[in-house]
Amino acid sequence: MVVETSGRIMSARQLEELRTSLLAQRTGDETTIAVGAGTCCIAKGSARLFDRFRNVLKAEGLDASVRLKLTGCHGFCEHDPLVMIQPGGIIYMDVKEKDVADIVSKTIKNGEIIERLLHLDAATGERRRDESEIPFYQKQLRLVLRNIGRIDPMSIEDYIAAGGYRSLAAVLSRMEPEEVISIVEKSGLRGRGGGGFLTGKKWRSCRSAPGDVHYIVCNGDEGDPGAFMDRSVMEGDPHSVLEGMIIGSYAIGAVEGFVYVRMEYPLAVERVAKAIRDARQYGLLGEDILGSGHRFDIRINRGGGAFICGESSALMASLEGRAGEPRAKYIHMVERGLWDQPTTLNNVETWANVPVIVEKGPAWFFSLGTDTSKGTKVFSLSGKVRNTGLVEVPMGITLREILFDIGGGVRGKKKFKAVQTGGPSGGCLVVDIEEKGPKGDFNLIDLPVDFDRLTEAGSMMGSGGMIVMDEDDCMVDVAKYFLSFLKEESCGKCVPCREGIRHMLTILDRITSGTGTEADLTLLEELAETIAEASLCALGTQAPNPILSTLKYFRQEYEAHIREKRCPAGVCKALISYSINADTCTGCTLCARACPSSCIKGSAKEPHTIAAGSCIKCGICYDVCKFDAVVRS
Amino acid sequence: MAVQSDMIVEILGKHDNRIDALIMILQDIQNIYHYLPEEAIRFVSERLDIPFSQVYEVATFYRSFSLVPRGDHEIKVCLGTACHLRGAPRILENFERELGVRCGETTPNKQFTLETVNCVGVCALAPLVVVDDDYYGNSTASAVKGILSKYSRK
Repeated sequence: MVVETSGRIMSARQLEELRTSLLAQRTGDETTIAVGAGTCCIAKGSARLFDRFRNVLKAEGLDASVRLKLTGCHGFCEHDPLVMIQPGGIIYMDVKEKDVADIVSKTIKNGEIIERLLHLDAATGERRRDESEIPFYQKQLRLVLRNIGRIDPMSIEDYIAAGGYRSLAAVLSRMEPEEVISIVEKSGLRGRGGGGFLTGKKWRSCRSAPGDVHYIVCNGDEGDPGAFMDRSVMEGDPHSVLEGMIIGSYAIGAVEGFVYVRMEYPLAVERVAKAIRDARQYGLLGEDILGSGHRFDIRINRGGGAFICGESSALMASLEGRAGEPRAKYIHMVERGLWDQPTTLNNVETWANVPVIVEKGPAWFFSLGTDTSKGTKVFSLSGKVRNTGLVEVPMGITLREILFDIGGGVRGKKKFKAVQTGGPSGGCLVVDIEEKGPKGDFNLIDLPVDFDRLTEAGSMMGSGGMIVMDEDDCMVDVAKYFLSFLKEESCGKCVPCREGIRHMLTILDRITSGTGTEADLTLLEELAETIAEASLCALGTQAPNPILSTLKYFRQEYEAHIREKRCPAGVCKALISYSINADTCTGCTLCARACPSSCIKGSAKEPHTIAAGSCIKCGICYDVCKFDAVVRS
Repeated sequence: MAVQSDMIVEILGKHDNRIDALIMILQDIQNIYHYLPEEAIRFVSERLDIPFSQVYEVATFYRSFSLVPRGDHEIKVCLGTACHLRGAPRILENFERELGVRCGETTPNKQFTLETVNCVGVCALAPLVVVDDDYYGNSTASAVKGILSKYSRK
């Protein structure tokens, strides 16, 4: 039976019929080539790769029998672009255009595996062919990321065929709004944007709050540097977010919703906008959704490039066409939010969890994770880690498993130093993998990761960014980096945040330029206390975290800058100098030609020297030297 | 530059003349003119029936807007944490030196505007430079000249 796919789906039964017919068109053994096409993959050439596949398949007469599709990012960004071939789930990594002909002629036509494109396990030197064999995927539990890399995010039919909108149909056809809220409450789901507030509790308060209309907002203003899970979900599986929102709208009684996406994510904006248009066309948004009588629609909004708009009240001010300044929270957003009406705001990952919870049941979700944090969390690994990418793991997994088993440890031959979690409001955790922790009894590397354990350790979950640092990273510089970020992004409404952060930054500037004093550390701690106590919103109250956590675990680095005028990691510009090792310099002249201030002298094939007086410490000589002869000290 | 009101009317229509789309309306206008002309801000405030001061507030609060004309090409050096650790500050310094402008400024010939961005979420390619819609991953300070030469007017 062929279902009319261009029209509206009028009932849960029709949705099921559509799914059945879509699945019938796709026999199980159909060959599929899925090319990852998130922003990261495209930046590495996956759009051109896709075109090449299309041309080669056509030339070989395989375009009708082989299904070629674009998907979201498979998560293993380090090796983008990834290509997944079904059946078999074979994953090829770092695929280039020149590999396409080989893939089609060997793997597609003859079922041969191309060894050189498989994942190389650095630990064993073996080649691994699919998710079950690749260590990066082995410890993951992909719920929110379940479809990403498998379905075409631009195709609502692909989502429906994968079981999409089935949870919505179940909710609308069989449940009262109360029941839906109760399911979310029982699941123990906590907000994934950083606050960790109980989602079900938020929904219940919002539903019972009096107002003319109720609103729903999806916070896609993922501003924490080094966090990109929301981008990946919006780019790779936008319908799962919409489905979560529509379920939420029914539970809460909302008629209008907004997806607020930061402008730095143009591809996410494009794909969510397309998903909204398709959902409307299929009758999953708008009047009388699935014939249930429920009415709800979603609009998409681009942010203006302000980090503070990730804060809920600032985001709503921004939606109202005003400057994104937060307000005091003694009036809750669930009572008076957008346009002063009851509003439920959840982040992208939270919304994407909702259809899974409805499908698998709250008890199942509740059984995953730790006592206080249920389900999974998506983390983005970046910085000096070997395997940069997105990983989804059950709550309670240890830092060691995330950073070493999945992340592969630190890249190169450097020594692991710290991991920064929670974005600019989070903190740096020292993880000495060889020694025990500061007290000798417990090593932070074995910390079970959940909302509360991370906070106890002096950092926080935040939205899930994890940035790995090695011995070349200066922790005072890292603190300064976050403070200067927050200084730029402070909205300026309250004094402790606006002035306090600026002063802390001034002090850090002093320390990193070698003019700091011992008293500066005390002053920093005093300022931190006041800012944390007196600021209006979380940006301010958590702004001292980068300083406090680095002072806690790396005080000796601050002291080296102050007492010895030395930057142990060799980062702080005022405290380092460049020189050339005459023994290793071959006199290739590359550095002298690249030096913008012409301060490197020497004749060809003779060791060169740097005139310290005119050196601007730009580091270009250090970058270009092929013999490691330029020394930074 | 004279502001063409019919183009702005079209943009407003695309966003259903809604105040909650104000940021997007201004972004679309800026895409045409490379900045927000005063005339355009006044026009939007009249059409949406909101005070000029409110539109001005929005136009000056958010990073994406400029009240002065911008260059033909926008260079954004990503200063996300991963990029910072992998050497983005030195890349930014080199752009400043090569272009002779500070971050946030436009070259006198209106060819380039130099900006930073707080993470575009492509951390596997850190440090990253985005010029218009092109991504340059794993950049170095010494790659700056090469990137600029691709966009320089002949």
